Amino acid sequence: MFYFINLYCTFCTTFPLCCCVKLEFLPQKGSIKEHLISDLSRQKEEEKMEKSEPGAAAFPPTFSVSEIKNKQRRHLMFMKFKQEKRKQKMQLKKKKKKEREALGDKAPPKEVPKTIENQRVFDETMVDPEDEEVAFDEATDEFSAYFNGLTNPKVLITTSDRPRGRTVRFCEQLATVIPNAHVYYRRGLALKRVIPQCVARNFTYLMVINEDRKMPNGMVLCHLPDGPTAHFKISSVRLRKEMKRRGKDPTEHSPEVILNNFSTRLGHSIGRLFAALFPQDPQFVGRQVATFHNQRDFIFFRFHRYIFKNEKKVGIQELGPRFTLKLRSLQKGTFDSKFGEYEWVLKVSNFSLRRQKSCDKETN
Amino acid sequence: MQHDDVIWDIIGNKQFCSFKVKTKSQGFCRNEYNITGLCNRSSCPLANSQYATIREEKGQCFLYMKVIERAAFPAKMWEKVKLSKNYEKALEQIDENLIYWPRFIRHKCKQRFTKITQYLIRMRKLVLKRQRKLVPLSRKVERREKRKEEKALIAAQLDNAIEKELLERLKQGTYGDIYNFPVHAFDRALEQQDAESESESEEEEEEEEVDDEDVGKREFVADEEVEESDLSDFEEMNKLRTSSDEEDEEEEESSEEEEEEEEEMEMETKTKASRSKGKSPANGSAARKKRAYVEIEYEQETEPASKSRTT
Repeated sequence: MFYFINLYCTFCTTFPLCCCVKLEFLPQKGSIKEHLISDLSRQKEEEKMEKSEPGAAAFPPTFSVSEIKNKQRRHLMFMKFKQEKRKQKMQLKKKKKKEREALGDKAPPKEVPKTIENQRVFDETMVDPEDEEVAFDEATDEFSAYFNGLTNPKVLITTSDRPRGRTVRFCEQLATVIPNAHVYYRRGLALKRVIPQCVARNFTYLMVINEDRKMPNGMVLCHLPDGPTAHFKISSVRLRKEMKRRGKDPTEHSPEVILNNFSTRLGHSIGRLFAALFPQDPQFVGRQVATFHNQRDFIFFRFHRYIFKNEKKVGIQELGPRFTLKLRSLQKGTFDSKFGEYEWVLKVSNFSLRRQKSCDKETN
Repeated sequence: MQHDDVIWDIIGNKQFCSFKVKTKSQGFCRNEYNITGLCNRSSCPLANSQYATIREEKGQCFLYMKVIERAAFPAKMWEKVKLSKNYEKALEQIDENLIYWPRFIRHKCKQRFTKITQYLIRMRKLVLKRQRKLVPLSRKVERREKRKEEKALIAAQLDNAIEKELLERLKQGTYGDIYNFPVHAFDRALEQQDAESESESEEEEEEEEVDDEDVGKREFVADEEVEESDLSDFEEMNKLRTSSDEEDEEEEESSEEEEEEEEEMEMETKTKASRSKGKSPANGSAARKKRAYVEIEYEQETEPASKSRTT
């Protein structure tokens, strides 16, 4: 009940109208600041309070929670509003679940949530498994020598100038993962001079790990006779000792290779680039598998040891380093940043076109 | 009139000189025409009416000279002489221009000229070596990429994908005869009987439906008992095999054993499957074979049961 008292309130001597009266009806004691709000807004609030008092049902239709001036009150009302919404949502869910159970087999199929993979616009460069043109291209490109079994991969791993400990360790671990890989120190050599020497010594791959602020952050992968050069950005490198629940060190057996989701033309060429790193015939005795999984243009590398518990279950245990790659550019020919011909360059646009085909290597 | 001493008296020690930079031990002169760079009585260009310097512009060295006769014409005060690119010739030029000048200035000019040529040579050498290109990182883009990567990792479900792929490869037989899982053999056998398998599958479906309704009941008692014992055999052998695998990584030995046993069995079951992975227990192989034909149907039916037992 409201009644206007012609008294000076005890808290503030300025307002003859006793706003303290409201204190009784407020669920929480407000701060003293409330008393110093102007009378007009007070009255408005009082009206609203009156209306909201009898059970919170009679709001004017244009009322919204954000119009309440009092912060605590507004917060309260908003919380209530949220709770109401949540309750309704739960009720709806329960109802739907009951209906679904009641219908049993005849229930409509569950709705599939929209994901980026679902919503992607179709990319014309998707490769059909039976595409002849692609097959012909691949039979005659730079990797045909490897895929026909003529050459064995031999990888040279090096870094940029003056590598720090983390990069050096990363290179060493990479060398254990990739069979027939050699790590050499860079010592300020120019890549253009290194490449002819490598070719002379029958290397098939040159891998340069670039370093910035003591962390590896880029990789240049160059297929040697005169193959394409891919430049990647490396992120989230985890070395062996930082990995939880890892197994023992990898053995000398050649691992199997899994390439997931490399399905467009560009993806195919990058996939072949990775496949040619490893020898053609993996040794199943070693039970090791190296995975390159492409998801939304990020290539995740993992190295596992697997064991088949029965024909339906397999256990995997992670060994070896893990890292993520993102392709920045693909260049025809060996490494030549000035005069090289770029097949594909990453366009960094601030305006992200998620639903359009911004990713060239993805599946639908 | 030009009173050098007075000027030095003022700017040198007592009052302010805007070109002077003082440090704890030394004073430096920031005047562009200063020959040594230090703040000294003999190197101050303001306090010496007869002065000479060497300065370099875009790889070209010039000799600047100031004489007292031109002190009244500030615009024409400094005489600029272009020096030859040849080091010795340039030194001769300096000598020739600064003949009869104080020893100090001549010496310091030559020193400065030497230093300048050395750093020009070094600059030219560096350009030929590898240039370091600094690529700017946009912070916003980096932040966004990081988030995208996290989300992509979650969407990728790597472990599941790898396991699926490995199981697929196992199914397709890329591993050859290394792994033996008994149920597979019968599945294989099924697949390879083309015409009969279709009718069989229809029958199986009907029987499956029938058996789904009578969950607990089995109508063919004799077969059931034998099946259970067979399944238990398989389980034991599974356990044996996996434990041996896990203990040591002597898969070669175990695979050899398996292969040996397999060979025995393969002789009999070879007609059924070309790539048989089946390993049946050593007892009653001939009877096994006959039963295999019928058992296939029941294998299908009891698969759910076996799954619940092994998983």
